[in-house]
Amino acid sequence: MEKTWNNKAWFLVLPVLVLVAFSAVIPLMTVVNYSVQDTFGNNVFFWAGTEWFEELLHSDRFWEAMTRNLIFSFIILAIEVPLGIFIALNMPKKGWGVPVCLVLMALPLLIPWNVVGTIWQVFGRNDIGLLGYYVNAVGIDYNYVQDPFDAWVTIIVMDVWHWTSLVVLLCYAGLVSIPDAFYQAAKIDGASRWAVFRYIQLPKMQRVLLIAVLLRFMDSFMIYTEPFVVTGGGPGNSTTFLSIDLVKTALGQFDLGPAAAMSLVYFLIVLLLSWVFYTVMTNYDAER
Amino acid sequence: MNLDFSWMAWTWPTAAFFTVIALLLFGMGVWEYASPGGNPRVGVLRFETTRGDRLFVSLLGSAFIHLAWLGLVGSNLWWALALSVVYAIGVFRYV
Repeated sequence: MEKTWNNKAWFLVLPVLVLVAFSAVIPLMTVVNYSVQDTFGNNVFFWAGTEWFEELLHSDRFWEAMTRNLIFSFIILAIEVPLGIFIALNMPKKGWGVPVCLVLMALPLLIPWNVVGTIWQVFGRNDIGLLGYYVNAVGIDYNYVQDPFDAWVTIIVMDVWHWTSLVVLLCYAGLVSIPDAFYQAAKIDGASRWAVFRYIQLPKMQRVLLIAVLLRFMDSFMIYTEPFVVTGGGPGNSTTFLSIDLVKTALGQFDLGPAAAMSLVYFLIVLLLSWVFYTVMTNYDAER
Repeated sequence: MNLDFSWMAWTWPTAAFFTVIALLLFGMGVWEYASPGGNPRVGVLRFETTRGDRLFVSLLGSAFIHLAWLGLVGSNLWWALALSVVYAIGVFRYV
């Protein structure tokens, strides 16, 4: 059958284009405009050229926030991905346990980010918080308000608690899609538990794992609400990630020019990483 | 209806920048109309790219070239622009 080419169909995407223009393109254009100017309010702007970009690229504060962000993302990926796989492998595949486990796993994902932050902010306090009080009671000196290491541990544990479920659910979806015939063949061949995982389960989970890594990396790289609610970026600047630094610059100091320059650099990094992940994923699909 | 865009704080250089981007997209549209299909091929990156992909890689790479120039060399961006054009030609030729 001959394919009909009709470019009038492009008009069908017009509503989406208009929506994206108002929600993304126009704000982005404004950010670009702000990034080359300075303002003291009242809609009066002064040309600054590339000054904010140069200042940003030579700013220790920016690179430190970026390093913290990358370390944070690396740590939570290193914990959440193996833990998610482990939990998914041990979840029941049939019977009443399946819906119970799925609901339990979905629960943390349903809680709004600021509520998660508040829960852990209270939970970790060493005067009234269940975790903080008992950790100190057993002799461990824990105070996330004063100790940067404790603040990091709290934020990482909070993120693991909140988001490992996503990895679990994605891996579980990959695991249940494996036909029984694969396992039967492995059993006939006398494959070990490790061999089943390495040569059957892991390859079948590869695609969903890639999605999980992409989602968790992007989310953790853009994390704002939870650490802001728990630590406010402190103690000192020890948990000030890029997004927190950006909000401090834009809304705390009302430095719209430097904040706009920072937003653009942040945006470009996220865009680059998204493109890399997208390319890897689509090429993996094409190879299959 | 009085449309006031002063809150967007337009400047001539940023307007020129977005005009160039819009013209590039328009040009790509015309190119696609003249030669449909996006000319997919496998280049040095060892995966298939269309000319839209190549434009995206060119623009994203150019942004990083300009940032690197600002961070490592200085605020005179004409050389960074020249380097970006060479890079974009390379991308369209070999990627």
